[in-house]
Amino acid sequence: AASFTAAKFLAPAAARSGGDRAPFPAPSAFSMRSLRHRPARRLSSVLAVSSDVLKAAPAAAAYPAVTREEALELYEDMILGRNFEDMCAQMYYRGKMFGFVHLYNGQEAVSTGFIKQLNQPDCVVSTYRDHVHALSKGVPARAVMAELFGKATGCCRGQGGSMHMFSEPHNLLGGFAFIGEGIPVATGAAFAAKYRHEVLKQSSPDGLDVTLAFFGDDPEIWKKGPAFGMPGVHVDGMDVLKVREVAKEAIDRARRGEGPTLVECETYRFRGHSLADPDELRRPDEKSHYAARDPITSLKKYIIEQNLASEAELKNIEKKIDDVVEEAVEFADASPLPPRSQLLENVFADPKGFGIGPDGKYRCEDPKFTQGTAQV
Amino acid sequence: LPASELTKYCLTFLGHEVLMFEALREAMIEEMTLDPTVCMIGEDVGDYGGSYKVSKGLSEMFGDLRVLDTPIAENSFTGMGIGAAMKGLRPVVEGMNMGFLLLAYNQISNNCGMLPYTSGGQFKIPIVIRGPGGVGRQLGAEHSQRLESYFQSIPGIQMVACSTPYNAKGLLKAAIRSDNPVVLFEHVLLYNLKEKIPDEEYICCLEEAEMVRPGSQLTILTYSRMRYHVMQAVKTLVNKGYDPEVIDIRSLKPFDLHTIGNSIKKTHRVLIVEECMRTGGIGASLRSAIIDNFWDELDARPVCLSSQDVPTPYAATLEDATVVQPAQIVAAVEEICQS
Repeated sequence: AASFTAAKFLAPAAARSGGDRAPFPAPSAFSMRSLRHRPARRLSSVLAVSSDVLKAAPAAAAYPAVTREEALELYEDMILGRNFEDMCAQMYYRGKMFGFVHLYNGQEAVSTGFIKQLNQPDCVVSTYRDHVHALSKGVPARAVMAELFGKATGCCRGQGGSMHMFSEPHNLLGGFAFIGEGIPVATGAAFAAKYRHEVLKQSSPDGLDVTLAFFGDDPEIWKKGPAFGMPGVHVDGMDVLKVREVAKEAIDRARRGEGPTLVECETYRFRGHSLADPDELRRPDEKSHYAARDPITSLKKYIIEQNLASEAELKNIEKKIDDVVEEAVEFADASPLPPRSQLLENVFADPKGFGIGPDGKYRCEDPKFTQGTAQV
Repeated sequence: LPASELTKYCLTFLGHEVLMFEALREAMIEEMTLDPTVCMIGEDVGDYGGSYKVSKGLSEMFGDLRVLDTPIAENSFTGMGIGAAMKGLRPVVEGMNMGFLLLAYNQISNNCGMLPYTSGGQFKIPIVIRGPGGVGRQLGAEHSQRLESYFQSIPGIQMVACSTPYNAKGLLKAAIRSDNPVVLFEHVLLYNLKEKIPDEEYICCLEEAEMVRPGSQLTILTYSRMRYHVMQAVKTLVNKGYDPEVIDIRSLKPFDLHTIGNSIKKTHRVLIVEECMRTGGIGASLRSAIIDNFWDELDARPVCLSSQDVPTPYAATLEDATVVQPAQIVAAVEEICQS
């Protein structure tokens, strides 16, 4: 029963590293630069590691203790993600939500396992499948639902929609429609954290602010980490406790300034790609294999078996979340649609960008401009 | 002080002479000194000092994190600049050649231009994207591009083009201070232009056009390198008795309709001279805006001289034929004024 420790990321003993070949350190342009002005960073052998070693161990023994509070927090967050997405499907088919909506059912362990370990200043960069990332990061369910309904009270004033969830107070940096679009943005947020620490000398006792970038799959992408100078880790993404353990180590590494980690969470979405996808192309046996490993069911079982809480307490959490999601729908329903006058707002942070009109005044000074009726 | 030293001392108050790339460099140094969140990101901007020496010596002054050398990955480092801007920094991203930024088009269009809007105003992107573009001397098609027309439809960005050391420094400083994403187009052939610029600090307005030569007979609107082809043509035209008004529009998006409009109300004739391609260029948009706003003021059809719709050829004769030459400008002015 091996417990998963930090050493596994870097230990040469990992079976999955690809045989006898000694992995060479791959200095990035970044580390070359830093070698010039700072004491040489230890270019450790980075490896790709699989958490298969955990699969072999009996479930109960492999995890370090998770407290009752932590377990209930994880459970509540996953239930929120699941119920919210189920409600989205309902609302979509009732004509309250439009366009392309991509649901996260089945993947909750990844969002909960990672994001619940972040602090407020840490950033999350998501994909188009971003509702649950927003919820895990703390964006209120009502703000996300109102955004999905296209209302002015949505977290992005109704201007973003399903694929563009942003929240500055929660450091959710989007919501991106194109695949891979957010990864450079996440790199920038991480760069800014390092910059604040080293150039602006704004240190925090917690260490560097961490940026978490989510992106979609590639077979065995965990093996590609070392080629880019970072550890690659594979973890069972249907098990929130395993994800949490790997996440904790990766996040701590980043906080200590030891750089990025590539974590492949092998997970599965229960629904189609989007609500427009009839999901006819996937094999039924594949779907049932993963349905049997529903992360919420697994955690519930673990909590009950470890006597961390009773069935009744878990039911209470489920009821509480039901109320939260219902309230979110009521709020979104009752909220107003954005008025015409909102059309040109937020195009520019500085509306002088709309330029100078023939009369010599900036267009944004035109009173009709704010009503959305000025000629632009 | 000896007399010669005293003279030199007095002359410094009248300004100092710089080449265009030095003017840009001065702007970078001043802004990076004033504001520690201003940083530079690009290929070879650090150690090498920039492929056109705009950041020469800057990484020694400010450190290699503030003047960051990147791998050859335009999409990635432009997106990185955007993420950093969202989190409070003010990056200046250099495209080694603006043409390479085609690889970053997704980031510039979707993220730079759109994020302030799709986030409902929660994030601003105070980024500057700059670099050399335009037709050089036999650089070949891919290194001779004019991306201003490709970017002009992107909502949420501003575009400016500099043409003199004075406005290069002033526009770069203004662009850095702006909270909007600004694309600053420099021209490969203008980096060695020499001009005396003020010692005191100054900024150019991002949204304003620049009066180059007041006149009464017709309005010539131009920008970047074509300004010099226009002024060469103007010498000939003045000898022939014409009196053109020349305006360097500088702000490619948005257009300064006030300066442009006042000129058209005076002259009633317009010629646009640009290096963009004919199809969908800045000139095409400008002509459209003039017709929309100043139709009643026009005595003649607004004429637009643009580059040919061809990939810039390598051969010198063909390359010359691709861009607008002074002789064509003279001929166009004569035709407009006689119509």
